[in-house]
Amino acid sequence: MATYTLKINGKNQQLEAAPDTPMLWVLRDHVKLVGTKYGCGVGMCGACTIHLDGVATRSCQVPVSAVEGKSITTIEGLSENGDHPVQKAWLEIDVPQCGYCQAGQIMNAAALLNSNSNPSDQEIESAMDGNICRCGTYTRIKKAIKTAASNPEL
Amino acid sequence: MTLIKTQHNRRSFLKVSAAAGGGMMIGFNWMTSCTPASEPAIAIPSEWFKMNGYIKIGDTGLVTIFSPNPEIGQNVMTSMPMVVAEELDVKWDHVVVEQGALDEDAFKNPQFAGGSLSIKLGWDALRMAGAAGRRMLLEAAAKEWAVDVSDLTASEGVIKEKNGERSIGYGAIASKAVDIEVPEELELKEPKDYQLIGTYQKNVEGSKIVTGKPLFGIDFEKEGMLLAMIEHPPAFGMKVADFNQQEIKGMDGVRDAFIIDTTTEEPVWAEVNAFNSLIAIVGESTWQLMNAKKALKVNWETVSEAENSQMHATRLEEGLEKGNEEESRKDGDVDAAFAKAAKIIERTYSSPFMAHNTLEPMNFFAHVTENAAELVGPTQTPKALEDAASKLLDIPVEKISVNMTRMGGGFGRRLYVHFGLEAAAISKKMGAPIKLIYTREDDMTQGTYRPAYRSTYRAGLDEDNNLIAFSVRGVGLPEGPVFPNRFPAGTVDNYSAVKLGAKTNISTGAWRAPRSHFTAGAEQSFIDEVAELAGKDPIDFRLELFDRAKNNPVGEEHDYDAERYAGVLKLVKEKSNWGTDAPGVHRGVAAYYCHNSYVAQVMDVVMDAGKPKVKKVWCAVDCGIVVNREGAKNIIEGGVVDGIGHAMYSELKFENGSSVSKNFNTYQLIRHSQSPEEIEVYFVENEIAPTGLGEPGLPPATGALASALYKATGTRYYHEPFSTADQGEQKLEIG
Ligand code: FES
Ligand code: FES
Repeated sequence: MATYTLKINGKNQQLEAAPDTPMLWVLRDHVKLVGTKYGCGVGMCGACTIHLDGVATRSCQVPVSAVEGKSITTIEGLSENGDHPVQKAWLEIDVPQCGYCQAGQIMNAAALLNSNSNPSDQEIESAMDGNICRCGTYTRIKKAIKTAASNPEL
Repeated sequence: MTLIKTQHNRRSFLKVSAAAGGGMMIGFNWMTSCTPASEPAIAIPSEWFKMNGYIKIGDTGLVTIFSPNPEIGQNVMTSMPMVVAEELDVKWDHVVVEQGALDEDAFKNPQFAGGSLSIKLGWDALRMAGAAGRRMLLEAAAKEWAVDVSDLTASEGVIKEKNGERSIGYGAIASKAVDIEVPEELELKEPKDYQLIGTYQKNVEGSKIVTGKPLFGIDFEKEGMLLAMIEHPPAFGMKVADFNQQEIKGMDGVRDAFIIDTTTEEPVWAEVNAFNSLIAIVGESTWQLMNAKKALKVNWETVSEAENSQMHATRLEEGLEKGNEEESRKDGDVDAAFAKAAKIIERTYSSPFMAHNTLEPMNFFAHVTENAAELVGPTQTPKALEDAASKLLDIPVEKISVNMTRMGGGFGRRLYVHFGLEAAAISKKMGAPIKLIYTREDDMTQGTYRPAYRSTYRAGLDEDNNLIAFSVRGVGLPEGPVFPNRFPAGTVDNYSAVKLGAKTNISTGAWRAPRSHFTAGAEQSFIDEVAELAGKDPIDFRLELFDRAKNNPVGEEHDYDAERYAGVLKLVKEKSNWGTDAPGVHRGVAAYYCHNSYVAQVMDVVMDAGKPKVKKVWCAVDCGIVVNREGAKNIIEGGVVDGIGHAMYSELKFENGSSVSKNFNTYQLIRHSQSPEEIEVYFVENEIAPTGLGEPGLPPATGALASALYKATGTRYYHEPFSTADQGEQKLEIG
C-alpha cells in the first residue's frame, strides 16, 4: 500500500492503494467514480477509457503508480453539466442501447475530436476500433461523432 | 427501500388507495432518488398521489410512470411508459420514468425480458393502467364540479368542460382521484388517435448514460458492502475438491474464502448452471480479489468427459444421421418427389458454440439475513431469481426483494439466475451485504452458450423450375435448430423437417433469437441458392412461395402469416431499389419471421482492399404498431450489426473441456470498422397489436450477408464464422 495524490476531474484526491492497482479499480473502488466501466481488463474493449493529460487511455492498463502529476479526466468530469459537444451529439442521435460501453466511446471520441476536429470516416473507424459496442450502436456512434465535429457549439 | 406487495383481485388493480404519508408506491431509485430518469419540464412536486401500480401523479402535474420490465438495452424503459402515458393523456415531457420493483401483482404483467415479449405481453396492462388513471381523474373532476363525466374531456394532463369554462390540471385533482372506483370496463383509444405511440422519443436514461451515472448492477453500492469473486472449474466436467484456503485468507484485503453450493431442489430452466459448487473469495477491493484469484491452488475432480471441438464436430455429423428426434413435420411424399426431380441441390450449414459476452459481466448484490434477503442487480428474470433464492435460502418469497438495475446487455445470458444465487450464498455465509463480480474470463468461460448446430437442406425442382420437394434435418448440441412449421412449410407439396438433438456437457441456453439466429441464416442462404438454380430472382422466388402459402397452403397449418411475410419483402424491395445494379456493389436479401415479428433485409457488400465490407443495409419490419420509432430503429440496427458480427467473426472452441477463448483478445466481436456504414429501417404501417423487436432484427442478417458475400466473392458461405471457417466444396447434383 502506498499513498497517492491524484488530480481527478480537476480536484486533488488522496488515496491508498497498492502501486500496481489499475486506475480503473482506483476510480471505481477507491474514488467511487463508477462511470468508467470494466469490460475486459486486458485493454481490448475500451469500456474503461479515460483521459490522461487529454489523451484517451485504457484505465485498466495503467497502474496508479504511473499517473501521479497527470491530469485525469473521467466521464463524470468531461463537462460540468453533461454538455460537452460529444455528449450532446450522443443525445441528439440517441446512440445508446444498453449504454454500458458509451462512457468509453464518448471519452475516446472526445479525445479524437480534440486532436482532429474533422476526422474522415476512416479516421473515425481506426480511432474507435478499440471500443467494442456489444449492442452494435456503431453506425449511430459514427453519426454522433460527425454531428459533434460539425457543430462544436452544439 | 420498502417493497409493497399486495394480494388483490383484478378489479383492485383499477381500484386505488392512497398510501399513508404520501409515500405511495416505492420505486427502485437508489442514489438517484432526487433525479428522475428523464428531465421533467415542470416542477418537482411536494406531494405524490398513487393512481395504480404504474402511475403516481404529483401536485404540480408531474407524472411518474414505473416501467415494469427489466431494461437490457431493448429500450422498454422508454417504450412501455409511453404506452401508459398515451392512454393517460399526459404530455411526455411531464413524465418521469423510474424502474419499477418486482411486483407482478401491482403491475399485472409478467416482469421479465425474454422472447421479445415485453411489449406484446404488456400491451393490455400498460394501456389499461393509463386509461384507468385517466378515468379516475375525470371522475374526480366531474364530482368536484357536479357534472357528468361525459361532459368532460382530458388531454395533455388537463381536464376541461366540453361546454363550459372550467379546466383543471391532473396535479390539482389527483388528491381527489385516488379514492375513485374505476368501472369494470374502460374504453381504450383507437390507434388512429394516438399522439405519442408511433413517435420518435429518446431514451429516458440517455442523459444519465452519457454522463456516467451509476445505473448498472456493477455500479451498485451499499453501506458496509464487501466485494466478492468466484472461481469456477477450469473445464466442463470438473468439480472443485479443495483449495489453499488458509493462504488465500491471509492475503491483503481478503476477508474470507470458502466453497459455496448453489444447488436448488427441482431446478427449473432458469436455474441452468454448469457449476453449482464454486470457490468464493470476499474482500475489500476488486484488484485485491483478482490477485487472490491468481494465487489460488485448487484440486479439481473430474466428473464427466472433457469435450473438445473435434468431438463436437463428430457428434454433430453423427447427430444428423441418428440424433434424438425432437420434432418433425411431413407433407406429401418427399422421397418420391426427389426421385422425379429434374434438379436436386443439397447443402449443409453449421455454426459453432458462441458466448453472450454482455459487455457488463455477470454481477449481483445480495444482503441475506436470518429471515430476509435483498437482491439487486442485472436480471432478465427477477421472479425466477426470487423463486430460486427462496429455495436456496429457505426463506419465503414474501421476505425476498429483487430489484432490477439497468443492464449492460442481456442477449439471454441474464435469463439464468445462478450469479444471483451465488451472491446470495456468499452473503449468507458472510452475514454481510456483498456484491459479486465476475471477471471477463469468469464470464466467458462459464456460459449458457449458444448451442452448436448443423443442418442439411435439400430441394428438388421440376423441369419448369418449380420447387416440388424440400427437406431439412438439423441437429444441435444439445437442442436442434429446426422449426418444422415455419417457412417454407405450407409452400411446398412435399416437405419434411426434422429437429434432432445430441449430447454435450457444455452448458447452453437462450442466446438472442434462440435457434432462429442459425436457422434463418442457413435457410435463407439455401433459398438464395435454390432460386439461383431455378434461374429466378431471389425476391420473386420467395414471393411465389408466399403466394402458394396464402392461396393454397400445403398441410394443416404453418406458423407465419404469408401476407405479412411477403409484405416486408415487398417493402424492402421498394426501399432498396432492388434490381438496379450499382457497379462494385453486391447485394443479398433475406427475410425471417420469429418472435412474432417479420423482418426483411437487403445488404450491400463492397470489396475494400480485397476484403468484403458491408456498406449499407435496408430493413423492412412488420411488428404491428410501432410504439417508439427511435428505439425500434436502434434495436433493429443493433440486431443487424450483431447478426453480421457473429456470423462473420465469433466462435467458441473447446479443448480439454474448456473454452479456448477467455477474453476479447481471443474472442472476436464485431468492431467499428467492420460495421455497416449505414442502416435504414422502415416499418410496415398497420394497426395490428405490437410485437417485439429485441430479437427479430438479427436472424435475417446472416442470410442476407451470406448471399451478398457470394455475389462479391463467388464463394458460398455455409459455415460460421465466415471469416475463418473452411467453407469446403459442396457439389451440385443435377438430376
Ligand atoms: S476494461 Fe479496459 S479495455 Fe476493456
Ligand atoms: S450500448 Fe450496449 S455495449 Fe454499447
